[in-house]
Amino acid sequence: MINFTQDAGFGLRGRNKSEKRFQWAGRGAIAISLAFLVIMFFSIISTGLGALQQSQIAVTVDLSAEEVDPENVGDTSFNSLLKKSLRNAFPEVESRKDKKRLYGLVSTEAAFEIERQITQDPSLLGGPQTLWVTASDDADLYISGQVDTDLPEKQRRVSDAEIALLDKLMASGAARETFNKGFFTSGDSREPEIAGILSALMGSFLTLLVCFVLSFPLGIGAAIYLEEFAPKNRMSDLIEVNINNLAAVPSIVFGLLGLAIFLGYLGLPRSTPLVGGMVLALMTLPTIIIASRAALRSVPPSFKEAALALGATPVQAVFHHVVPVAMPGMLTGAIVGMAQALGETAPLLMIGMVAFIVDVPTSVLEPATALPVQIFLWADAPERAFTEKTAAAIIVLLTFLILMNLIAILLRRKLETRF
Amino acid sequence: MKQMTITPAAAPDPRKENPAMEQAFIQARGADVFYGDKQALFGIDLDIEEKRVTSLIGPSGCGKSTFLRAINRMNDLIPICRFDGSLTIDGQEVYDPAVDVVALRAQVGMVFQKPNPFPKSIFENVAYGLKIHGMTPSKSEMADRVEWSLKSAGLWDEVADRLDQPGNSLSGGQQQRLCIARTVAVAPKVILMDEPCSALDPIATAKVEDLIDSLREHYTIVIVTHSMQQAARISQRTAFFHLGKLIEVGNTKDIFTNPREEQTQNYITGRIG
Repeated sequence: MINFTQDAGFGLRGRNKSEKRFQWAGRGAIAISLAFLVIMFFSIISTGLGALQQSQIAVTVDLSAEEVDPENVGDTSFNSLLKKSLRNAFPEVESRKDKKRLYGLVSTEAAFEIERQITQDPSLLGGPQTLWVTASDDADLYISGQVDTDLPEKQRRVSDAEIALLDKLMASGAARETFNKGFFTSGDSREPEIAGILSALMGSFLTLLVCFVLSFPLGIGAAIYLEEFAPKNRMSDLIEVNINNLAAVPSIVFGLLGLAIFLGYLGLPRSTPLVGGMVLALMTLPTIIIASRAALRSVPPSFKEAALALGATPVQAVFHHVVPVAMPGMLTGAIVGMAQALGETAPLLMIGMVAFIVDVPTSVLEPATALPVQIFLWADAPERAFTEKTAAAIIVLLTFLILMNLIAILLRRKLETRF
Repeated sequence: MKQMTITPAAAPDPRKENPAMEQAFIQARGADVFYGDKQALFGIDLDIEEKRVTSLIGPSGCGKSTFLRAINRMNDLIPICRFDGSLTIDGQEVYDPAVDVVALRAQVGMVFQKPNPFPKSIFENVAYGLKIHGMTPSKSEMADRVEWSLKSAGLWDEVADRLDQPGNSLSGGQQQRLCIARTVAVAPKVILMDEPCSALDPIATAKVEDLIDSLREHYTIVIVTHSMQQAARISQRTAFFHLGKLIEVGNTKDIFTNPREEQTQNYITGRIG
């Protein structure tokens, strides 16, 4: 009788087993990488969410005409006003040391915040007002419940005396947590509670803009020439090998190149998105060229042949029929290159974009820093609150990376020509 | 299936019978083509008459497509390909250094084996050649010319209401006729066809064959085909290639009924190929 089961011979038992083995190995590999991805996202998001919350403390400030001259608000020392109101709130605090501790509960920015609120709403003037000001980073830790009071006092950032003060504030409803809008609307700061990401975000945007404007036309131009027009000989082989090698060159080397040529030789301004973008463009070019060449190669040669046979010049044939079909692929390559550039830190360190930048840059010639550099800087800071900021900045960076990749996918779907 | 509806005109081989006769429309003399070190065509002497359909037949790799692509210099696209000898169209040497291949290809159109419409609309497919050559300055002229071309290719009635749809939404046979419309739009003198029906079903093939027959009035057509029935149906003259050499050329009827060479006899009876 004929046998069609796996016992029929042909070494089928062994062959089937190895099929199964490979498939399970593949599934295992995917599961492991997904697990690490989930762990990474979980740890970053759980840490970073804290930075989106901010603690505020209510202070009752005397804004009567005796203290603040309504005609000349700027002359007032809001700092001493703030200290006075804090002292009033805690009359029991007497020693110099304890007072200093009390003043440390609010951010060093708090006096400016009061002044800002008055400028925005002059009707506050005339009597005592209760205003919310940002708490210091250590106070924020306690208010948001991140201080382990079981630890010995020496191992905590918040002392017993500060805890006593904060407990009293919280009991009287004078401490609250709100959404930290400032994180997205202000620049970097030495004080973690008021440090924001906008300057880095703007810096990254301007840098990427320069990078794209330079590398996209250059990259696809080079790819089109190399793929469609360059004679195929030793020279073009050599160029191809070198482009592939350049794509693998560590990015810090491009940073050194930028330092030597753009800053040293050409004398362009340090720390600016212009130079950062130029360096990143150098780094992105090979990626764009390689992706664009692959896209061009995938266009059926019959389009070009048909155009040439109709009497199109080679440039017409390529630009009318090959490039439009390859464009989605080239754009995808460019966006992937941009996403790489967005996450790049090392070359920017070399050209001075690692500076401490408080102001939000508005042009490519102003000193700026970039998102990954900001992450690097914050990760280096000792304050516990900067850890949260670091994670939050990573979330922002990842969000933009995911967005860019999403755009790449959507563009490809939308523009793809079927043939 | 229609069979032998076209009676080939009984014209004698002008070159062999009357050497003093004026130059043929397309005339190859000692045409050699090399791919690198490998020679693909050996001293081809071939005359192709104006406003006739000439078939090039022969087994795969015999050089018939190479010869076809030598006529409009599509072989130039292959960097290692080299041409020796002489090839004239209407007395003009095609391989003269002064020849601009763009001008050559604008007047010697080509239809490929696989239908290859541009990934654009039907209208734009036909209008493309007109646009790049600046042949139709106004929009209405362009539309007229596109309509005329599609009518010439017998495709107008099928696509008149959907000119804005992509060319590759058509069926294979329609696509091939679109490619022919695209070619005739720029009013070439010669149309080269490289196995235009090999990717088509018999019904689409019959339509394209009818079309080729009707185009004969205005164009000189050279067609490479693997199908001897097709060569017999549509061409007035047939040239048989074998191993890079032109074995025999003559009136289609003579080639198929009374070949002079034994190799031709063997090929058309299916003994080599």
